[in-house]
Formats: sequence, C-alpha cells, structure tokens
Amino acid sequence: MITRLNATQELEGLRQQILASRNQDTLRITVCCGTGCIAQGAKKVVEAFKRELSAQNVNAEVAELKETGCHGFCEQGPIVVIRPQDIFYKKVQVEDVPKIVARTIINGEVMERLLYSVPGNKKEKCTQESQIPFYAKQERVVFKNNAYIDPTSIEDYIAVGGYASLVKVLTTLQSQQVIDTIIDSGLRGRGGGGFPTGWKWQSSKDAAGDIKFVVCNCDEGDPGAFMDRSIMEGNPHLVLEGMLIAAYAVGNVSEAYIYIRNEYPYALKHAYKAIEDAKAYGLLGDNILSTGFNLDIKICRGGGAFVCGESTALMASIEGKVGEPRAKYVHTSEKGLWGRPTVLNNVETLANVPVIFEKGVEWYKSIGTEGSKGTKVFALVGKVNNTGLVEVPMGISLREVIMDIGGGVPNKKQFKAVQTGGPSGGCLPESKLDLAVDFDELTKNGSMMGSGAMVVMDERNCMVDTARYFIEFLEEESCGKCTPCREGLRAIRNILMDICSGKAELEDIDRLEKLCLAVTEGSLCQLGGTAANPVLSSLKYFRSEYEEHITNKYCRAGVCKDLIAFYIKDNCPGCVLCYKACPTWAIIYNGKGVPVTLIQDKCTKCGACLDVCNLDALEVRSVYDNR
Amino acid sequence: MITVNINGKDYSAEKDETVLAVAKRNFIYIPTFCHNEAVADYGSCRICMVEIWTKKGKNKLVTACLFPVEDGLKVETNNERVLFIRKNIAELLLAKCPASAEVAEIAAQLGVYETKYRIEKDGNKCILCALCTRVCDEVVGRKAISLVNRGINREVAIPFYDNAAACIACGSCVYICPTNAITMTDKDGIRTITMPNCEMKFALRKCNSCGREWIPEKQVKYFLSSAPGLTIEEFDLCQSCRK
Repeated sequence: MITRLNATQELEGLRQQILASRNQDTLRITVCCGTGCIAQGAKKVVEAFKRELSAQNVNAEVAELKETGCHGFCEQGPIVVIRPQDIFYKKVQVEDVPKIVARTIINGEVMERLLYSVPGNKKEKCTQESQIPFYAKQERVVFKNNAYIDPTSIEDYIAVGGYASLVKVLTTLQSQQVIDTIIDSGLRGRGGGGFPTGWKWQSSKDAAGDIKFVVCNCDEGDPGAFMDRSIMEGNPHLVLEGMLIAAYAVGNVSEAYIYIRNEYPYALKHAYKAIEDAKAYGLLGDNILSTGFNLDIKICRGGGAFVCGESTALMASIEGKVGEPRAKYVHTSEKGLWGRPTVLNNVETLANVPVIFEKGVEWYKSIGTEGSKGTKVFALVGKVNNTGLVEVPMGISLREVIMDIGGGVPNKKQFKAVQTGGPSGGCLPESKLDLAVDFDELTKNGSMMGSGAMVVMDERNCMVDTARYFIEFLEEESCGKCTPCREGLRAIRNILMDICSGKAELEDIDRLEKLCLAVTEGSLCQLGGTAANPVLSSLKYFRSEYEEHITNKYCRAGVCKDLIAFYIKDNCPGCVLCYKACPTWAIIYNGKGVPVTLIQDKCTKCGACLDVCNLDALEVRSVYDNR
Repeated sequence: MITVNINGKDYSAEKDETVLAVAKRNFIYIPTFCHNEAVADYGSCRICMVEIWTKKGKNKLVTACLFPVEDGLKVETNNERVLFIRKNIAELLLAKCPASAEVAEIAAQLGVYETKYRIEKDGNKCILCALCTRVCDEVVGRKAISLVNRGINREVAIPFYDNAAACIACGSCVYICPTNAITMTDKDGIRTITMPNCEMKFALRKCNSCGREWIPEKQVKYFLSSAPGLTIEEFDLCQSCRK
C-alpha cells in the first residue's frame, strides 16, 4: 500500500520504516537479471529458486529472493550473489539451484564448483565479488546499487538513500546553486561529446522562455555499448532523480521525456514502473513533496535508428517527425524540442547527478583527472577474457582496463588494437595502452570517449576490415540528408572494399584520407562528422596494414578472403583441433603425429582453424604467393 | 544593423539574416543546390559551405544558407579550405548524378570535370536536395511526395510508391527541381509527371474558349474545396482567354 508523501521530511521517515520492516539477518539471494544474464537463463534460475525455497521450506525470514539489475560481469552469467556474505556464484544453471538452497542457504556452506577462479589458475577460488580481479579495480559510483536493489521496487531504492538528494536540493538549494554545484563538480556529458553538463543547464536556464524541457537520451546505438541500458534496467529511479534535479535547476520545466529505444524491453518496462511508483509516492507529478515543484516524465519509444541518438534528430523524433538532424547553429539548449530551450542529457550523466549531491562535490572531484571528473562506465567487449560492464575512475590506463579488469586477450593471442567510442571512435594500438582514459586524452589521440564502448581486437582482426565494418554500419545508419555523409561514406566504403579485395592502388590511400577529411568537415551532424574516425585512426596507427593489402595483396590477420589462403605448417602434430572446427570438411586427418592436409578447393577461408590452433601450425599466405 | 566582413570587405546586415542572404544582396557568388527563397532552408547539399570566424574566436565551416550572421562575423567564401570541401562534394555529386547537366556545370566552375568515385546508377539526376518535397509541403500544402528510406537508399517517392491521391498535379516540384530530375508533359488531355521512380498521369481541363488544356482537374477540385465561394465557372477560361 503506497501512501503519498506530503512533506520533504516524510521521505526519511519512510526510509526508516522500510529498513525497520526488514530483518537484517535475512539472507538475500540476488540473481542478476540484466539482459545479458536473462539471455543466459537467469529468469529460469529465478523460477527454480522460487520452487526450491518453498520445496525446502525456507521461509522469507531466512532467505529472500531478489531480481536485480546488471552486475556487470556478463561473461560469467547467470550470476547469483548471496548477501550479506557476498558469496559470488557464476554461470548458475537451473540444476544447481536445489544444491545452492540446501547447502549454502540452509547449511551455510560455500559451493566451490560455482566459484570464480582466475583464468590459468584453477585452484585459487574467489569466494566474494571483491576478490575477483574484474571487480577489484573498479570504482562503482553509478553502478553501486545495481547489484543490490530490485529495479521494480521503489522501496529498495529509497532504502539505500534514494531521492534523498532530491530532498536536499529542493529544501536547501536555489536553482542557481544547483547549477553552480554541477559546474563545480566538473561533470561532463557521458553520451559522447563530453560537454560540461552544468554549462548546458546554465544556458537553458538563461534562455528566455516560460516552457522548457528536460530530455534523457537512452537511445544507445553503438555496437557493443550497453551501459545506458543497464542503468535504466537496473536502477531507473536514479535516472528519474537526476532528471528531477535537472528540471528544478533549469526552471520552468514541467515536462520531461525519456527517449528509450524500443529494442530495450526491460529498460522500458522498468522505466514505466518507476514513473508510476514515483508518482504514487508524490515524488513525481504535481506539487512534489508539497514543495510546489511540478514535473511530469513521459517515455518516448525510439524506433531504433542510430541517428536518433543525435540531439536534434532525437527531438525531431519526439515531435513525431522523421528522425533527421538539423543544423545546430542555434543550440538546442536555447531552441530545442518544439523550439523551446531543452536540456538533453545521457542516462549515465543524469545518473551521476544524485550521487554528486549525496556524497558532495569535493568527494566527486577527488575522482578522475584534471579535465574529466568522476567515473565512466565502459562496455568491455570483443577479444577479451572478462566481457562486461566496468566502471572505473577517469584517468585509469587502457592497460589496466583491458589487461587487469578485462583479464587480457583470450587463447594466447596477441593484442592488436582497442576501438573506443563506438563506430565514431578510433582504433588505438598497443603503444597507446598506457594512455590515461579521459575525454581529452582520447580525443588527442584520434579516438574519442563516445558512449564508452571498448572493443578489444587481437591479431585475428584485420584493421582495414574493421574500418570497413564500422563505415558500413554508419553508411546504413546515415539518415541520408546531407551529401558528404550519404555519398561520402558510400565512396569510402567502396575504396575500403577495393583494398580488402586487392583491387586498390597505393594512391587510393591518399584519396581515402582526403575524402575522410571532407566528410568530417562537410557533414551536417556529428554522425558524419565523426564517421571517418575509424578509417583515419587506423590509417594513422596501422597504415602498413593498408599498404600490405595493396602492394603484397596480403591480409596478415587472415580475414580478407579474396587475398588469403591457409596452409598447414610442418610442425602440425595432427592434434585434430582444426579438423573438428572446420565446417566444410576441408581438413583431412592423416594420423597422430602427422600434419593434417588442407584441401584448398573445399576451404571457405572462414578462419575457424586459425582460431582454434594454439600450436602456430597454420600459416596465412597471399593467394598470389606461389610458394 | 550589424557589420559582417565577407572576403575582406565590410557589409551591413540585419541580425539573424543568413550569410547567403547578405552575400547575394552584395553580388558575392556562393553556389547552391538545395536553397530556394520559396521554402525554408535545409542545409543538405553542403555546396554553399563557407568559413567563418566569430568575434568570440570560433572558427569553422558552416553552410551559408543556414548560418545566421552576427556582428563582427568574418566570412571567407572562396578560400582553400572551402574549395576543398566544395570540390569533394561536387565530385561526390557527379558520381551520384552522372546525367545532370546542372551538377556538371557547378562542378566545372570548381574545376572538377570527372569523378573518381563509382557511379551507382546511370542516368540519375536527383541530388536529394528535398526542394520538391519541401515545396509540396510548405507552399502547396499537400505533402504528396516525401523522402523515403535512409542513407544511400533515400529517394523521393509518393506514399507506398503507388498512391498519388494527395498530388494535385500542380507541377511545383517540377518547376523547383534544380537538376530537372522531375519532368512534366501535357499531351492529349493528360498531364504526365515523371519522377525518378514513378510516372503519374492526371486529366487536364479544357478552356471553353480556345480549347487549350490548361489546368489539371485535380487542381481545380483542390482550389474549389480549399477556397469557399469559388465556383467552377471561374475555371472555364484559361489565363490567356480570361482577359
């Protein structure tokens, strides 16, 4: 039964009431129900727990089951953490559940088999989250509560101190003081541009108008990025609280929008529920906590166009028009949604806001670097052992993120590059691994922070092919409004495809470079403006690979099929790993100790053999190589 | 009144005028494709890019058709940086519209006579400037045609490629098209409007006096429905016979 809160001080009362109603000795079985874990069967695990808890007569006083948001370690899902001991079980299957209930919940034993061990060191088991290297180096500010609370329960959020920042802001600060605090904190937009959030709010506050808007951008589209989704899924009230504070600071805002892409069903579901519950408690809607401050938050579902993450296209989409960008010679903070001053912030940016007021500016400023304060959530994906979401302080080195937290590159392969910032970012080579990760350093080195996707690549990734992939993605996602982006990306893709298939000449590289500059300078919006980054950065750091494709007609990664053929080396011991991996039966087993034979006519050059061979017994040669 | 410096000379201008408007008034040539006074500016062709310096120290390339002038703004319309972009755009458009004489003409002005880029569709003339769809929406008020699909698949089309119900055959899109990608012929009582991906036919009304087929029936119907008090007799005579 929800009763509306009619005064600011009632929130603390409610929190105490919630805490008092909870038995501190109760075990909490938290099952990660982020989309990644759900895909790996987390919902079935939840059902199994429900069944087993009642079958083994464990009542709610002894153990309580909680479906939480994303814990971040997607590689090891479904994840179950039993609190307060923080016992961390990985890859939990339905069959494991009866044993977990019988042994861990009832008898308090730890099940060794389900514990995480560092790759290469099977004996040393990590019982708790904090012992796992993946979590040890992280600093969780935005993500802190994700693994503790049920995103569909506003009481859970209030119990951990939720909405206290809003109360603090509403009762003790003037709107200008709120903006000054955010400016002072050094918070910068986490959506890509890194524009100082406080200044954005200030310019909307200063703009004339009696109707203004706050919009939250949850149209995350970068391949490999999923931090906004996980925050919206795992802790939607944190974002709502951030929006409330933003609306209060800007003033004259009575309506706000969350733009969520429709491919995020759980984010949508949890955001709808959060709005409904916050309204019921009087934390949203008219006369919030009887302070006279009003805000209604509406959800707008995006159709999944990448370009709709761009501010003006997103606003056009909310207005019901085609999601196409327009020139921003007058900023959206002055003339945005329906021509009114509009603050547009990304999910992660808004999620930082309540934390700044909760912990204080000085604390927040102590994290990060000179120009980039606080933490950043990265989606660590690709050729890395520990795939998942990591939240680290700004200024941490790429090496620490990829090698320590990420656990390095799997299968003894050699690290080659890391693509930061999604399709508009750049590829950084091994020599840049000690780079401190913040907005300015990444931009200086030809990449960008972007949304925070980090795609790790190893020796089996061809840089030309990678550039081609990203350009093709952007070419498909370009709205097609302006010439440089629409026609330029097509021309860039054609040149890259020529290089990949050995039809290009060396002067094509110069042409490519010039065209990239023209697209960068000439495009209407930042989709086109940053689209050439993958090409420009890989040309900067991996130019030899481009030249090798053209002059030697050779792709060292073994990716560009028109250029390569695989050969078995003499040191092949006939271990049959490749024989088993080959999908087209192109490999013939000749007996143990004897090299296998590869029939070129049957080989589709998929590279499955190269991926599994750990004895360096396969060679990639150019098809023009007549050895 | 504010002062704007274009190519080293000062000109006075109204606040919020565009760079293009000031330049045009003072006979400074900036090439354009998607600009037309009849409709709101759109900034899609990017051929009108110029380099600007603001008083606050901002320096960038902008589209002249959209950028509002401010006091102390310095503009260069023809320097190396600007021409680099224009030439590249001209070359890209040559590959997009190999059949367009207008594109070839502006490209030639820039010293671009051929394209190194692959031609995807022979005979294409449409540069996707959206003047046709904008005039149909903003001036005629019919929205009979629109831009469909995304990126390289973008094209001008009637709804579902086969529904010309909203079109009144007025021909505004034909007149405004800068590259003649849309054409129109009146013959044997039928007006045929040909777009790159479809052909539409409309009946024409005869003049009671000279017998010339002078206005599409659908346009007459639209006038009658949108202007109360107008009678069908008003359309008995063509413009020439009415005097």
